[in-house]
Amino acid sequence: MYTFSSKLKTLSIILMVLGILGVGYSFLTAPKNTAEVEEILKKEAEEHGGHHQAAGHETHDTHAAATEVHETPVATAEVKPEASMADSVHVDTISISKDTAHAVAATEEHHSDKDHAAVAAHGHDKAEGGHDVAHAEHAKHVEHVFHQLKNKPWAAVFVAALFFMLISLGALAFYAIQQVAQAGWSPVLFRVMQGITAYLPWGSIIVFILLALGAFHVHHLYVWMDADLLDPANPKYDKLIANKSGYLNEYFWLIRAAVFIIGWNLYRYFSRKNCLAQDEASDNAFYKKNFKMSAAFLVFFIVTESIMSWDWIMSVDPHWFSTLFGWYVFASFFVSGITVIAMVTLYLKSRGYLEYVNTSHIHDLAKFMFGISVFWTYLWFSQFMLIWYANIPEEVTYFITRIEQYNLPFFGMVAMNFLFPVLILINTDFKRLTWIVVMAGIVILAGHYIDFYNMIMPATVGDRWFIGAGEIGAVFFFLGLFIFVVFTALTKSPLLAKRNPFIEESKHFHY
Amino acid sequence: MSNKVIYAIYNDDDVLMDAVKKTRAAHHHIEEVFTPFPVHGLDKAMGIAPTRLAICAFLYGLVGLSVATTMMNYIMISDWPQDIGGKPSFSYIENMPAFVPVMFEMTVFFAAHLMVITFYMRSKLWPFKKAENPDVRTTDDHFLMEVAVHGDENELVTFFQNTGAVEVKVIEKH
Repeated sequence: MYTFSSKLKTLSIILMVLGILGVGYSFLTAPKNTAEVEEILKKEAEEHGGHHQAAGHETHDTHAAATEVHETPVATAEVKPEASMADSVHVDTISISKDTAHAVAATEEHHSDKDHAAVAAHGHDKAEGGHDVAHAEHAKHVEHVFHQLKNKPWAAVFVAALFFMLISLGALAFYAIQQVAQAGWSPVLFRVMQGITAYLPWGSIIVFILLALGAFHVHHLYVWMDADLLDPANPKYDKLIANKSGYLNEYFWLIRAAVFIIGWNLYRYFSRKNCLAQDEASDNAFYKKNFKMSAAFLVFFIVTESIMSWDWIMSVDPHWFSTLFGWYVFASFFVSGITVIAMVTLYLKSRGYLEYVNTSHIHDLAKFMFGISVFWTYLWFSQFMLIWYANIPEEVTYFITRIEQYNLPFFGMVAMNFLFPVLILINTDFKRLTWIVVMAGIVILAGHYIDFYNMIMPATVGDRWFIGAGEIGAVFFFLGLFIFVVFTALTKSPLLAKRNPFIEESKHFHY
Repeated sequence: MSNKVIYAIYNDDDVLMDAVKKTRAAHHHIEEVFTPFPVHGLDKAMGIAPTRLAICAFLYGLVGLSVATTMMNYIMISDWPQDIGGKPSFSYIENMPAFVPVMFEMTVFFAAHLMVITFYMRSKLWPFKKAENPDVRTTDDHFLMEVAVHGDENELVTFFQNTGAVEVKVIEKH
């Protein structure tokens, strides 16, 4: 039996307290009305100083030049490099200067050259139109920034809550696969996996509460929940979202979420119960029951996982859709789940609790970390490259906002989730070394947190992203809770399943 | 000095493994072991150094990646940077997603083929090679261990008969 070390318990509690403080701070410092946003914008403008004012004017000129370029039908191939340069200048100043005339229109539409021309012409009109229009545009811009800043602490909590919940779901899927595949190496790790999946009920309830808060308009992470968008008489009417309201409406959405969460938790509960009953049984009836249940769960899982990814993650960008998104999300949390299994196993092994786990078991887990990391990259690239190649304005905005506003996190995570594990874990000897696996695991987990960050943040906080007290606090809180729940669960049952038909093979597994 | 060798023939891989361990313990030098199928752990028991074929493959993969990158950078970016369907050909990185499939395949192609050729060369295999089979039964159901004879021949023969060999032959090699 495992006993929860008091040091680890203290650590988890410290993490939770620090996390709550960080999250609380980010909620308290979020702006409460548009007047505060005006203050923030003014302060930002001052920080950039006189330089900003001058630059603003200059780019106005550059912009006008760009307009000229676009309006004259010259040979496009010649002008293109220039135009794209002007484009990037234009984007830069917008993110710094909050230029009144085009900010709103531009952030939404500056992506393709054709749109750009339209926006530029638009800006031109504005300049002639005088102060009233500019003023209205400014108010709209302030409103926009206000919404983004108000979303920020919520989005930070949501990303972390979702990430840790999905880690335990990934471990659960891995566990079910091991059962169904009748793997001979992994039964000595089943109790570790069950310990990790013990976080699932807690994590999924927290995620469900966060989703429900959205549905009851406490936060605005999901823009399609705004009733004004569905009303044709309203100026905010959005035909694209209104057409999706048969699927994207709060009640149906919450019911779906409840069904998924209940289904996953039922499997977890009964699978563990049967596994413990098998220890005391005289035949293999409970093992067979678990086998069948795991097979059924995997079918349920792949359907619900796919819908879950559309509902909870893809719908923050309700104008955008991608067919392989479900697989992509799956690969991301599956590899994280396997990594956590490896790390918890190594921790318990180092404390002397896992007698029969040897370097071959670690080697196998590290191979899975390696392989699924490559699989994640394959899906990431397939999704990115197909959209980049076709460059259809409707889809490509998703990646344009990420590349322009989230450049480092977007490409940095590819280095963390692909390059690093591939170069480190390709070596057979390395996959048996504790410190290498732990180091690779930390990088993979951080990389996949950033992956989820990249999925949620651009649609909810836009260019107002920052990894500060709220984000780090949320990660700390859920990490602390995760450690607390998982290691408490590990104390509840022996760490070696007794009567599993494959346990002897697993004890003597060597590769 | 004559080049005499002993052929100790076994009909079970477990017996063979034991014999190999005993032979190593008695410090007789094993020249070769012929088996009809891979015997798990035989290389370790014989004390053969691990293969470095995987390291070769990794390096060949890097060569393939460089070839693909250099080729496409020269053709698509340096030599004739045309506008093909609006794809940006100003620099390699700008158009890189379009090159990744080729980069990937070339890496795999070079790694796989050069590794296989390395294997053939290191194990001296080619289409018209004369087979080096000491006993036809070793491709079917018998295992053969070849040990050079130094010192007392009779003593050696008894030693191998005691390791469970079904047949022990002394052969003059040329």
